[in-house]
Amino acid sequence: MSANPSSNPGGKRRRIRKMLVDRGIDVVLLVFSLLMLLPLVFLVSNGFKTPQEMLAWPPTIIPANPTIDNFAAVLQGTPLLRWIFNSIAFAVLSTLAILATSSIAGYILAKFRYRSLNVIFALVLATAIVPFEVYMIPLYFQAQSLGILNSLWGLLLGYLVMSFGIFLIRQNVIHSIPDELLEAARIDGAGELWIFFRIVLPLLRGALGALGVLAFFQAWTAFAWPMIVATNREAYTIEVGLALFQTGFTVDLGRLSAASALVLIPSISLFVILRRNFVQGVASTGLKE
Amino acid sequence: MLRRKRWLFAILAILPTLAIFAWLRMYPIFETLRLSLHKWDILSKNKPFIGLANFQELLKDRLFHEALLNTTIIAFGVLIITIPTAMVLAALIHYRTRSRVSGFYETAIFLPHVVSLVPAAMAWKWIFDARLGPLNAVLTFFGFEPQAWLFDPTLSIISVIVLCSWQALGYAVLIYLVGFKSLPVSLFEAAKLDGASGPQSFWFLSMPMLKPITLYVSVVTLVSGFNVYAQAFVLASDAQGAPGRQVRVLVLDMLENSFRNYRVGYAASEAVVLLLIVLVLTLIQFSLLRERGRA
Repeated sequence: MSANPSSNPGGKRRRIRKMLVDRGIDVVLLVFSLLMLLPLVFLVSNGFKTPQEMLAWPPTIIPANPTIDNFAAVLQGTPLLRWIFNSIAFAVLSTLAILATSSIAGYILAKFRYRSLNVIFALVLATAIVPFEVYMIPLYFQAQSLGILNSLWGLLLGYLVMSFGIFLIRQNVIHSIPDELLEAARIDGAGELWIFFRIVLPLLRGALGALGVLAFFQAWTAFAWPMIVATNREAYTIEVGLALFQTGFTVDLGRLSAASALVLIPSISLFVILRRNFVQGVASTGLKE
Repeated sequence: MLRRKRWLFAILAILPTLAIFAWLRMYPIFETLRLSLHKWDILSKNKPFIGLANFQELLKDRLFHEALLNTTIIAFGVLIITIPTAMVLAALIHYRTRSRVSGFYETAIFLPHVVSLVPAAMAWKWIFDARLGPLNAVLTFFGFEPQAWLFDPTLSIISVIVLCSWQALGYAVLIYLVGFKSLPVSLFEAAKLDGASGPQSFWFLSMPMLKPITLYVSVVTLVSGFNVYAQAFVLASDAQGAPGRQVRVLVLDMLENSFRNYRVGYAASEAVVLLLIVLVLTLIQFSLLRERGRA
């Protein structure tokens, strides 16, 4: 910019204009952000409303006489806590499985150059394109023949590996772990397993964090697969439980909102805490090249 | 000797993952392809090979046509809303990237993408609700007729599109933000010196340079649009329990054929159609990218 703006009336005008533009953009973004959040805010607030207030227009954001009746009714009428437990167990186990398989496979595919491995990588790449919905029906019959429908293991069956996780780790190993480092360790007599656990894994901490958060939310928000695998009430995940609960005829909006809020609040808090990891993980999905 | 040992380690280490992949990905994908050529009603033991008969029947199946049409409209509807909005929002957020609140913008716009789908859909059900919903109240306030959002055949599809776009937007904005950050700053400074305004450099510089990203986000959005299921499922019944209008989408039709009508082979042929759509979209993406690489 110009060295001495104060002596230049044009520069001053330009600065004022820039400030106005900045404020204008801020207003647009702020309004848009609030609109995006509004449905969620209303959902939580509806959970605390009495049936009368639910009908009031305009809808209040902060309930006039907040009540926890809806929450009490939901917790009594449905195994909501059980569903939340199922979802958490499913998501945690799936995350662990994906972290384990992705880190080993990603490292091997990045640093060991054999023709057989190229074939394996091509196969992983090819299956990555196929959406889960395409093969979930045969997968369902596989779970059935194992006798693990309606169980945590049945849910897990669809979420043990993640092609994208393997790419992500492979990319990270290629970019952040030099061959020289591994060669030096080998010359010093380090075994392959020692190298993987003591050198590679610690260097992948950031990438594994991002992938872990991604995998957790993927399982936490899974819908179609839990929906077909879990058919008895005790085995539902929270998503399936809520979806089927809301089709019941006697359910009112206050209770539905309360149940939804109970599910939303922990996942939103988790997201806000892990936001950096999550954004890094999602951002890297767009940077495949 | 050492080389041989290293090769053995690599194979042994990757074997468990490869086995899981073969067992839980490649095999069921192959099964889908195989079953699509067979007739199987779950109960009977034999699955006779019937060639392309399933696909021939799909050509005449009204419900399948409806599902395919709805799904296509939803996928492209979400695309048309999401991509331009995301691009502009990302440009604005990128412009204000040094302001203290830019983190808030990012989080607020991204949050709908991560929250659980069903509770979020519940919020929208209330918004769209014919009697209690704020959307109709706002319409009445401005003198419009209230609408039966979740019952009318057209409006219920629009409702699904709105819900899906609300969720897809955050992802697209995030990917665009990564794109904007990777653009060379010097180019924009040069444009500024030449007197280009903000909107001009957005239109003539950012947009063409972000084409690969636009292509990528478009394909991802379309593919997830074609797999839409939960949103349609949740919006289909109205908040008071009266069943709303079911927006028939591909995945729903497929699951119904498989688990309600016990026609697994037929459902598999629908899955193959879904797979073909996704493959075509992915091929278009790759070939367009390659063309760019050559140019």
